Amino acid sequence: MKKEDSKPSLEARRGFLAKLAGAATCAGAAVGAATLGAVPSVSAKTEAPADGESFPTKDYDWTKHQWGFGVDATKCIGCLRCVEACKTENNVPRNAHQFRTWVERYVHIEGEEEVRIDSQADPVNIEASGSEKEFRFANRYKDAKVDKAFFVPKLCNHCTHPSCVQVCPTGATYRTKDGVVLIDHGYCIGCRYCVQACPYGARYFNEEEGVSDKCTWCYHRITKGLQPACVEVCPVGARVFGDQKDKQSPISLFIRNNRVQVLKAEMGNAPNVFYVGIDKEVN
Amino acid sequence: MQAIIDFAPYTGWVYPNETVFEWSVLIAVYPYLTGLVAGAFTVSSLYQVFGFERLKPVAHMALLTSLSFMIFVPTPLLLHLGHPERAFNSTITPHLTSAMAMFGFFASFYVALLILEGWFAYRPFIVQQAQKQTGLLGKFYGLLTLGSSDVSERAMRVDRKWIFALAVIGIPAAHGLHGYVGFMYGSLKSREWWSSDLMPIIFLFSAIISGVSLLAVLYVVSCKLRKIPVDLGCLKGLAYTIWAFIMVALVLEALEFANIVYKGREGVDVIMQYVTGPLLVPYFILQFAVGAITPFLWLSYMIWRGTTGKALVVGVTVCACLVLFSVFMMRWNVVIGGQEISKTGKGLLSYHLHWGGKEGGLVAILLTMAPLGLLYVLTRLFPPWADDATHAHS
Repeated sequence: MKKEDSKPSLEARRGFLAKLAGAATCAGAAVGAATLGAVPSVSAKTEAPADGESFPTKDYDWTKHQWGFGVDATKCIGCLRCVEACKTENNVPRNAHQFRTWVERYVHIEGEEEVRIDSQADPVNIEASGSEKEFRFANRYKDAKVDKAFFVPKLCNHCTHPSCVQVCPTGATYRTKDGVVLIDHGYCIGCRYCVQACPYGARYFNEEEGVSDKCTWCYHRITKGLQPACVEVCPVGARVFGDQKDKQSPISLFIRNNRVQVLKAEMGNAPNVFYVGIDKEVN
Repeated sequence: MQAIIDFAPYTGWVYPNETVFEWSVLIAVYPYLTGLVAGAFTVSSLYQVFGFERLKPVAHMALLTSLSFMIFVPTPLLLHLGHPERAFNSTITPHLTSAMAMFGFFASFYVALLILEGWFAYRPFIVQQAQKQTGLLGKFYGLLTLGSSDVSERAMRVDRKWIFALAVIGIPAAHGLHGYVGFMYGSLKSREWWSSDLMPIIFLFSAIISGVSLLAVLYVVSCKLRKIPVDLGCLKGLAYTIWAFIMVALVLEALEFANIVYKGREGVDVIMQYVTGPLLVPYFILQFAVGAITPFLWLSYMIWRGTTGKALVVGVTVCACLVLFSVFMMRWNVVIGGQEISKTGKGLLSYHLHWGGKEGGLVAILLTMAPLGLLYVLTRLFPPWADDATHAHS
């Protein structure tokens, strides 16, 4: 190579490298800013999506409501109508492994230290129902001496600080202004990080759709003034739903008139499903 | 219709939705590949930044290895996604509180850094080949010169500065990338097995030992294939590195486990039932006894006795293979193990590995091996051997 050629070439390359360095600095600054931006919202955990015209119910104002859900476990009879209604209403896959809501049964048998727990998804109960499309609790303890037994309905807790929303890489899972955690199925990439992050096992992955799914408190119903399907069909009023902003709503009265508790309070998620009548083993 | 979901058998009480394993073996392969990237880069940095001269024969190979594996890092994730065509949603509109959302940025930044450092390191070679080769290959190298064919001493000095700077930036980038992978698991409070502050650093140290071990094996194999003697000084350097880091990795893992047991929070009974039952072989026997303690003792013996010659080559290679296996088992035990312990703290599930399917064992093996194929191609295009012209920058 000729010596005189090298100088301009070197300068040109230096210029190029300087530009490259500039670009790298800008990129670094952008990442840094993004990280800083993330810091305060990590504790806040959710971002409300923008109000848009895409909202399905025109006369519904989501700033006027704060939905809440109550479960009175002392009333639940384990009939599982809620589970079946939910599967039908929300097109939940008809199998024994994917649920938006389920019911747990806790049985203390005399002489046993450990409580026995099952749900409608337990193989014994599936065998009793004869199908993965219909659910019932098998009468498996009829010959045992039962000290104490009760049912606990479970569903998404629509947490104030939802772990699923925190970890969702795209923001497809978000918390609405009226306090419901929803999933944008058109934006979810199907990574299932949210399924892993939920401490309550409330989420499942819909293989056919390729997206995560969970209870929405029947958002399509509640925004039209209806009750969630599971509440609607419960024959004993074990499930209570309403607007926490309305002091006379069923949920406000439920919270006011009872000593309520939430599941896994130590997680810091601040659930919005409030329980009455559950025992120490329930988590 | 064929069942598209695999239901896991379980004992005790588990939530109904937990009976489907959502993260398959591919999600164990993902941190394994990332770890090899970070570990291989460590070797490159030890030479480029910290002046470990004896690692010179593997310094360039370390860069190529890091790049080859990094290119394949996203593949297990893409195969796993329910909607891979939407993968870029997490980069275009990242959700800033999500640990996963930042992955695209970190990974892209690191790939760019690797390519840039590789380009500088190979520039004299690329220029030489551009002038020497004709036809398509000549055009290829010509394109890679990016219009600069200046290899004067002055230009080389500038290049060396860039290599040093990029290697320095690369250290936090490579290790940050992998520590961050550990954070993706460690930050999940839903699972006691994952939820640990030590997780990122455990991932980091296991990454380093896996990457260094990979280079040791690749180096010995490449010497055999090229029919040249193994540089024992270099191999010893790699052995020392593995030995030093394996100690830290072992201590960290032990501390992590001790923490879980000693704190004895809710659910610890099931964890103890798990580690002394289904996890006994994969965790205590395969990951620790066979994969970590055996090579540690063997390496210690060789260092103590000053073993050299063929015994050293065989010893280090076998130890490195064991470490590679151990680190894979660690990824498995974290990713699969974490899901086998129910979130209820009252039950255990068991994962059944399928060989077929897009998330099966064969695909996992293929994805782990594929970077080696790419590495082979890269070594043909950019020979990393210390005896070639590539080391103009050394």
